[in-house]
Amino acid sequence: MPEPIHTKVLVVGGGPGGYVAAIRAGQLGLDTTLVESDRVGGTCLIRGCIPSKAIIHVAEEFETMVHAGGKGRHGISLSGAPKVDFAETVRWKETVVDKLNNGVSALLKRAKVRVIPGWAKFSDAKTCTVGDTTITAEHVILANGSLPVELPFLKFGGNVISSTEALSLDTLPKKLVVVGAGYIGLELGIAFRKLGSDVTVVEALDRILPLYDAALTAPVAKWLEKNGVALHLGAKAKGLSKDGKSLAVETKDGKTAEFPADKILVTVGRKPNTEGWGLEKMAVDMSGRFVKVDDQCRTSMKNVWAVGDLVGEPMLEHKAATQGEMVAEIIAGHKRRFNPASIPAVCFTEPEIVSAGLLPNDEAAKGDNVITAMFPFSANGRALSMDASEGFVRVLARKDDHRILGIQAVGAHVSELSAEFSLALEMGALLEDIAGTIHVHPTLSEAFHESALRALGHAIHI
Amino acid sequence: MGRYVFKLPDVGEGTAEAEIVAWHVKLGDHIAEDQNLVDVMTDKATVEMTSPVSGKVIALHGEPGQMAPVGAPLVELEVEGAGNMAGKAAPVAKAETPKPAAPETKPETRPAAKPTEPVRNETPRAAAFATRSADTKPLASPAVRQRAEELGIQLQFVPGSGPAGRIDHADLDAYVASGGKASVARASGHAQRDGVDEVKVIGLRRKIAEKMQDTKRRIPHYAYIDEIDMTELESLRAHLNATRRAEQPKLNVLPFLMRALVKVLPDYPQINARFDDEAGVVHRHAAVHIGIATQTANGLLVPVVKHAEARDIWDSAREVARVSTAARENKAGKDDLSGSTITITSLGALGGVATTPVINHPEVAIIGPNAIIERPVVRDGAIVVRKMMNLSSSFDHRVVDGYDAAEFIQKIKALLEHPAMLFMD
Repeated sequence: MPEPIHTKVLVVGGGPGGYVAAIRAGQLGLDTTLVESDRVGGTCLIRGCIPSKAIIHVAEEFETMVHAGGKGRHGISLSGAPKVDFAETVRWKETVVDKLNNGVSALLKRAKVRVIPGWAKFSDAKTCTVGDTTITAEHVILANGSLPVELPFLKFGGNVISSTEALSLDTLPKKLVVVGAGYIGLELGIAFRKLGSDVTVVEALDRILPLYDAALTAPVAKWLEKNGVALHLGAKAKGLSKDGKSLAVETKDGKTAEFPADKILVTVGRKPNTEGWGLEKMAVDMSGRFVKVDDQCRTSMKNVWAVGDLVGEPMLEHKAATQGEMVAEIIAGHKRRFNPASIPAVCFTEPEIVSAGLLPNDEAAKGDNVITAMFPFSANGRALSMDASEGFVRVLARKDDHRILGIQAVGAHVSELSAEFSLALEMGALLEDIAGTIHVHPTLSEAFHESALRALGHAIHI
Repeated sequence: MGRYVFKLPDVGEGTAEAEIVAWHVKLGDHIAEDQNLVDVMTDKATVEMTSPVSGKVIALHGEPGQMAPVGAPLVELEVEGAGNMAGKAAPVAKAETPKPAAPETKPETRPAAKPTEPVRNETPRAAAFATRSADTKPLASPAVRQRAEELGIQLQFVPGSGPAGRIDHADLDAYVASGGKASVARASGHAQRDGVDEVKVIGLRRKIAEKMQDTKRRIPHYAYIDEIDMTELESLRAHLNATRRAEQPKLNVLPFLMRALVKVLPDYPQINARFDDEAGVVHRHAAVHIGIATQTANGLLVPVVKHAEARDIWDSAREVARVSTAARENKAGKDDLSGSTITITSLGALGGVATTPVINHPEVAIIGPNAIIERPVVRDGAIVVRKMMNLSSSFDHRVVDGYDAAEFIQKIKALLEHPAMLFMD
């Protein structure tokens, strides 16, 4: 039996919530132990955000060349059609992941965090075993993350894959059927379409990206249509066909259809990882399927904290990391509270969508005290110069005092505008603040400036 | 030019010290002879101190609420001629003279032992504070929010001076400095009020506080309340008021109650008394000096109707009016405010159902008539409407037994219910 470990702070899970908490706790001089069964980095780094962005990037590059290889575009032409070796793409993606994984390991080491590889199983709120090693802790930070939701009639395995497998395929599926038109399904579906797969998307609701309003998602729907992605809304996946080579679907009008598929990618959401590690022995209260926490990420059990996907929506890296950092500081005696003005979110679809703060379909945005103003990229010089006139920036503000309530954009590369959007919200900007800030010409960000001007009633370029 | 030092004179009756209540002059003022300089208070008399000379104020000594011993310098004046001090304006005085721009704040002259400065409710910096309803998130940058968190302040209650009520660091500073004062309109439309005014208990209020505390600590009080049928007395009183001569005052219930007291008290000498509990001696007084508890703008005073036993009903009424008016107008002399042997406390129209009055130490009894109300009562087996009044009273159980007190009140009651008895020997 190895020596038992007693630690001040035990972090369970090496994803963005956990590793950030551990690094910060280490920086603050707390004796910190991190348990992770995989490489550190979590879903985001190993099988989520980062690898998908690498694949999406490759898909974009490939699409550009496909255009050049066809009729040519912008004066560029290729003598033949470009080819993609997807196995090589995946290998390159792995180098990106490795780089970041090594970086996180180095940061943990520098912060003097003890990293224990393995699977923590709790016997009570402050005690767990990893293999033969018993770990007791004064503080436990649960950062167990989330898992893809599995459909009971379409279990993962074989050709039915989750996003994890989709990012590590060795060959491109000729025919890909995506179940679920949320952001993960659409990001990957669009990337595979660009890489040359035939893509069919099946969505039970009657719209894509249900978190966002129709205006914001329309450019994405338009791209899907224009690029031959078959979109079946209001359609229910029923399971594999008898030969296992198609997805059986009940379409909107009640008919049964079978969509042939080399791979069926199921992206119907993610669920908090609450099973198989002794959560039930820790006597923490739950809030639905999530661990219940307050605005300091305290669970109902003293000195047991939980962060990230485990504690609720939105299941986003930046939320988890912010909470992890905060919890480490609270344990170190700082006064902190999780009260962001917004948790911005980005969809790396084509085109991209970014949203910070209030959306027009939110209850609080209804009523007559809200101004909404939109500025289209078709009137933005930089967008036109990138052949990306689709989309807009939209701002919601209070009519009486002009405080900005929400900002969204849809368009090429708008993900990078998210920083200005969330900064504006965090700093409590008014429309006048944005109107009074010089935005560089020619950039996409000018569209934010113009949307603020338009909300004030005096846009220049429209 | 000379220097004249005005010292606290002996304000009489062997007072060794007086409390400064209010300054009427400030540094740099040019004052005329006989101009009011300062109010000081001894026991329960407030005395205006006027200047014997004209000149310019160059120093003030003491803050309102401070005690000054007799002979202590209060005001220093720069006067024509030699003044009353050897030498010219003392360098001390010069050093103490603060910048004329801010004569009210004198940090240099503040005595170290001074009580805490009351929190001043200055106009908040955030004058443009837009009301924020309870469900509106306060607008503030992350740095401001974090600082508020560290300070334990909920930003919801902090006025913001920025556009749209945005709270910046300076607003937070102002909020902290104000001790947390803000006005927040809640969803109800009613503003929430925050902040605490610190009011120094000084002057008459301090006297009252000390006296009440002392009284309650010393005297084991008990209360006795009975109801009195005032119908006949009220009828007599109405008649007397209707037929009184021009020079006769209007009568309320008090003179009748006073008459009743002076008639009954000789049988209860232990009640018309002053108990010197430190010496262990009860001074039983032959004279009946009745204190009349009187509400004034500054607080409770008890002017005294002397020798009530020698006054008829009209004279009693006249004297009650005189001493209570003097007290209200702050003109009651020391003599009018001391020497009572028993006290009446009447709230008049506010009389209520019953009271448990606090004895005016060192007296041993206090009588409090309550409101006269028409009530149904049973007389000879029938319900009739009578003008009923409760008479509340408190006694010092150390020297007045409950049995005696009850008997005493019953005799008062008998007199008031048969008012003719008040005028018979």
